[in-house]
Amino acid sequence: MNLQLSHFSAAVLFGVFASVVFGITQRSTSREQIRYGLYCFAMFVGGVFLAGWVMWLLRR
Amino acid sequence: MANPSTNKETPIAQPVTTMSVVAPAIGWLIPGAGHLIQKRWIRGLLLMASIVIMFVLGLALQGRVYRPNGGDILDILGFVGDVGAGGLYIVTRALDLGQGAIAHATADYGTKYIIVAGLLNFISAADAYHIAIGKKP
Repeated sequence: MNLQLSHFSAAVLFGVFASVVFGITQRSTSREQIRYGLYCFAMFVGGVFLAGWVMWLLRR
Repeated sequence: MANPSTNKETPIAQPVTTMSVVAPAIGWLIPGAGHLIQKRWIRGLLLMASIVIMFVLGLALQGRVYRPNGGDILDILGFVGDVGAGGLYIVTRALDLGQGAIAHATADYGTKYIIVAGLLNFISAADAYHIAIGKKP
């Protein structure tokens, strides 16, 4: 079994799974869990884009 | 003179029940099972799917599985993360997986996937405990 992912898809998949667990474990009601999970996912993806731009600036 | 300590609420000791011991233990051994035995079906299945898929993806990405006698402090920390996956870690070690040579640039993601799957399972087991003692619905 050998899988190859791009940096972006690996980081987004990481964010999906971590957000599901964070949402379920860190909030009590179903509505809050969904909202917090989506918030965490948005932060993960936003962080990926931010880090990408910072690396682009550093590379220039 | 008022004693300031009397105004504080004293923490109430939670009674030790069978479920409060079994739920986190089985939740560690089988990700999500601590929720499933307490009839939190959807939460349990979502946790199980997330943690198992993350761990398997880590192996598929040729991630490294740490051993207990790594020696280096980072290897020990990696082992602590890995062992959080419970039964997944035991099966992986029994099948001698996770020892592949890193063949591509993103293989390090695999190692991180495996460690984080274990750490997320620790959080999941703690959540199962909180449900068992009634701290969380």
